[in-house]
Amino acid sequence: MKPAPFVHHAPRTVGEAAAVLAQVGHDGKVLAGGQSLVPILNMRLASPAHLVDINGVEGLDGIDVSDEAVRVGALARHAALARSEDAYAALPLLRQATLNVAHPAIRNRGTTVGSIAHADPAGEMPAVLALCDGVVEAVSARGRREIGWQDFFAGPLETTLQADELAVAVRFGRFPTGTRTAFRESARRHGDYALAGVGVMVTVADGVVTAARASFVSVTDVPSVLDLGPVLAGTEASSESWGAAVDSAAAAVRDHVQPESDIHATSDYRRMLVGELTRRVLVESVTAAEGDRR
Amino acid sequence: MTTQMFGAPIRRKEDPRLVSGGGRYLDDLGHDALAAAFVRSPHAHARIVEVDAGDAVDVEGVVGIYVHEDLPGRIGEPLPLLIPHPTLTHGRTGYALARDEVNHVGEPVVMVVATDRYVAEDACQRIRVTYEQLPPVVGIDAAREGALLVHDDVPGNIAAHMLQEVGDVESALAASPHTLTLELDIERSACTPMEGRGVYARWDDERRELRLWSSTQTSTGVRAAVAAKLDLPLAKVECIAPDVGGGFGVKIVHPWPEEVLVPWAARLLGRPVKFTEDRREHFISAAHERGQLQTVTVGFDDDGRLLALDVKFWHDNGAYTPYGIIVPIITSTQLLGPYKPGAYRCEFWSLYTNTVLVTPYRGAGRPQGCFAMERAMDAIADELGIDRTEVRSRNFILPSQMPYDHGLLFQDGRPLKYDSGDFPASLAKIKALVGWDDFAAYRVEAEAEGRRVGLGIGCYVEGTGVGPYEGGHIQIETSGRVNVSTGLTSQGQGHETVFAQIVAEELGVRLEDVHVTTGDTRKMAYAVGTFASRAAVMSGSAIALAARNVRAKALRIAADALEVSPQDLEIVEGTVRVKGAPATSMSLGTVSVLSNPLRYAFDEAAQAATQFAGTFDPDKPPVAEDDEPGLEGRDFYSPTQATFANGMHAAIVETDPVTAEIRILRYCVVHDCGTMINPMIVEGQVHGGVAQGVGGALYERMAYDESGQLLNASFMDFLVPYASEVPTIETDHLETPSPLNPLGIKGAGEAGCIPVSAVIASAIEDAEGFPISRMPISPNDLWELRRQHAAGEIPSLHRATRSAARDAGTTEATEAKETTA
Repeated sequence: MKPAPFVHHAPRTVGEAAAVLAQVGHDGKVLAGGQSLVPILNMRLASPAHLVDINGVEGLDGIDVSDEAVRVGALARHAALARSEDAYAALPLLRQATLNVAHPAIRNRGTTVGSIAHADPAGEMPAVLALCDGVVEAVSARGRREIGWQDFFAGPLETTLQADELAVAVRFGRFPTGTRTAFRESARRHGDYALAGVGVMVTVADGVVTAARASFVSVTDVPSVLDLGPVLAGTEASSESWGAAVDSAAAAVRDHVQPESDIHATSDYRRMLVGELTRRVLVESVTAAEGDRR
Repeated sequence: MTTQMFGAPIRRKEDPRLVSGGGRYLDDLGHDALAAAFVRSPHAHARIVEVDAGDAVDVEGVVGIYVHEDLPGRIGEPLPLLIPHPTLTHGRTGYALARDEVNHVGEPVVMVVATDRYVAEDACQRIRVTYEQLPPVVGIDAAREGALLVHDDVPGNIAAHMLQEVGDVESALAASPHTLTLELDIERSACTPMEGRGVYARWDDERRELRLWSSTQTSTGVRAAVAAKLDLPLAKVECIAPDVGGGFGVKIVHPWPEEVLVPWAARLLGRPVKFTEDRREHFISAAHERGQLQTVTVGFDDDGRLLALDVKFWHDNGAYTPYGIIVPIITSTQLLGPYKPGAYRCEFWSLYTNTVLVTPYRGAGRPQGCFAMERAMDAIADELGIDRTEVRSRNFILPSQMPYDHGLLFQDGRPLKYDSGDFPASLAKIKALVGWDDFAAYRVEAEAEGRRVGLGIGCYVEGTGVGPYEGGHIQIETSGRVNVSTGLTSQGQGHETVFAQIVAEELGVRLEDVHVTTGDTRKMAYAVGTFASRAAVMSGSAIALAARNVRAKALRIAADALEVSPQDLEIVEGTVRVKGAPATSMSLGTVSVLSNPLRYAFDEAAQAATQFAGTFDPDKPPVAEDDEPGLEGRDFYSPTQATFANGMHAAIVETDPVTAEIRILRYCVVHDCGTMINPMIVEGQVHGGVAQGVGGALYERMAYDESGQLLNASFMDFLVPYASEVPTIETDHLETPSPLNPLGIKGAGEAGCIPVSAVIASAIEDAEGFPISRMPISPNDLWELRRQHAAGEIPSLHRATRSAARDAGTTEATEAKETTA
């Protein structure tokens, strides 16, 4: 469990990082928190010839809230995002979800942008980016571009980020006033990759649901948002019909997802589980102001 | 005596060192050593056609690359079969490096020695081994079928077939008013200590001496095995177990291939060499345990009393049997628990498969046996509509029946004879602790909230402290420092503390003056090892006996010097003094000075022992004829048989009605390990054992695919429970002293994990209303069982049917009053 030899690059600026990436191309990998990359290197599942370590790059650890979005820099750690009161006030879903990312030690080191760039179907933050209709900001020697989440995720562990590009930040879009969110997942052990997980946003105006969406962890290949408007919109959130509407939403989710079987759970079980989790987060989202904070 | 030491819940002496980074584990040693890494078989069953190391030899830093052909003499011969047994008719062991054939994924094929582990792994990656794949045998069903063979010369894959019978089971079953048969299944798990295996060797070419360190549970065993393999006089080999980060059984196996190869390479190269196992290697190259299929038939009367017990089981021993058939033998004997079985027959087959070998893991066959017996007890209770604790109670061996001889041979080749225990008292304690009789009301409340809860119980008896012997050596320095040594090893159990407590109490010295060394063959060459919950019983007893010898000598010397009778002396906090006249005294340090007649004084205190000090009788030799210089003593403890600890666990679980997630709400333990040296350490042992038991019950399994690949060879996918998965453990103790040893103690190390699968199965079954026969169980498994139950493929428990018919809750208390057909 020792990595194959590699060249370690330690750029000090985004420009330097982009220059190194342009030079090493597909032989390079960006090292940020290293919580996924380092085990992969140690198990020799990947042997990149160059590691571009961005931990020394200035100005990438920001968490900035604007009217439209919460912008998270490439070196902001999960723990920093979870702690940020500004981010929480603007978009409670970020804390709700981030606290489900592995364990404190991993959250202290791992980065939110790195998790999104890793594009693991079991990752929480790609699902959150999707639910928030987020954007990835990428920089290369060729220039800067923004990639909408729909265009970013190309497959499990695969993105449209080019080999010479560095994801410098992501922007999570804020929800309209009156929106409640909740996030819940179920793992075999606390903090493990979830067997299934779901985040929801429900917008309520005058007691009536006007919009609702869900996105998922571990049950879709790539982040995928299901519009629950058709089954929930127009329902009074605390009425008796809410229960039936929530059941319909759970059924819609079960139809929507495409979970795979592995040694921890079958596809059928995960499908049932994500439906039930959806039911629970929807109930929770309208009853609790903050949703699940685990 | 000012402070009582023995029996006090004092904090562990070793912890400040261990928790502040002061521990010295194997990989902390030998920074100048070369590193060994291994090319291991990627196939479960294959013939080795060719090894091509051409691309690896040029890797900068590579010092040597070795295959089986390179191994001279005994090093190239099969590894020893440590524990032969007459029924182990087809014992097989592997080679240090595979010769011609590999029998499991992970078997070592090539050893690379290089300047560091990085380089060694770079070289491993460049070595190409050509294999001709053979069909693998994976799983007990495939092994039992015998269509494919692991070893060509072992028909039916049967390593051992053993049958023990007491009484006439066939007749007793035929005469039983009721019989039940259960088909049970326990999956594999493993020790997975935090520190893997490791060995480090230095060869002194001038002295032709080998010194090795191993992360082992037996340094004397490793020393003897390595000396034999390397054809070295025992006097030229030293073995030290440094701090060891957990063993749980896997490190009692020896010599591991690496323990032979690393010293050999160190001698060959004339340079120190080290191997530190990584986690993946530990999963595929060390050892697993547990996997068994069982068929249990019980015959019983209308009151639930056992008349006959007929057990057949099939034990997966993996690819080789270096540790013999200890695990299935323990299953076959210890499954009896605290009960009188009536006529008893147990037949087992120990089977080869193309998987990692199976050797004892904490509990060592007992969790499987306990599962069989306790599932049967629950089934009898359910069949008859009797409370589950009542059925157990009716079958208990009573205190008045101790010692109780089952008429069977235990794992040490000696009679399975219980020495002590009060099972009715233990049952009363566990029922009180968990609130057994209040549970029905609690369930009604929970059900009203839409929650599903169940109550489970499990009882066990554990043979601990098996022989043949251990020794203790104590020496008191002139400063009053007390050096204690025993040969068995420590893996974090708290030996430095409990052995010091024994010595402090026996000698009358302060705890902080006692310094314990374990597992160093330079200090104590005669020892067996740490396993079978034996350290406290064996070394604890030996150390107590040694302390008594030293005490007698100290009193004799002090009595001479103080001109009083030894009977009039006492030792308090390191000072020998006259009872009732404490001013007439001398320190043990001074006694130590006097015990060693000197020609030369090295300090002021030593002057008292020199030849012109006028402290001796000119008519006697300085050292008496039957005496030795020095204030020291040694003794060995060798019991006639094991001592039997016991315990009872109960748990309340909640299962999610939709997702089938399983939560342990309460976990209660009543434990009897005889007289406790340190209740806090006993409690810690119980906690650790329960944690591993919870792993075996709810999380851990070895996911082998059909081709023999282990799919979860990492801590990401092999689910050792985190602290967040282990419930709060509530404990109570019963102390029934063992009559077999001087301290009345019984082992505690393995206790916590033995009944956990049985208890959790019992509780889930109680919550769900249908039988649980296979462990571990995941939410997915339980969800699937619910589906099968709903489809009528699994029967309901009788009590579920009864209570549904009665429509009056599911209380066992009311069921107990029912008469049964």
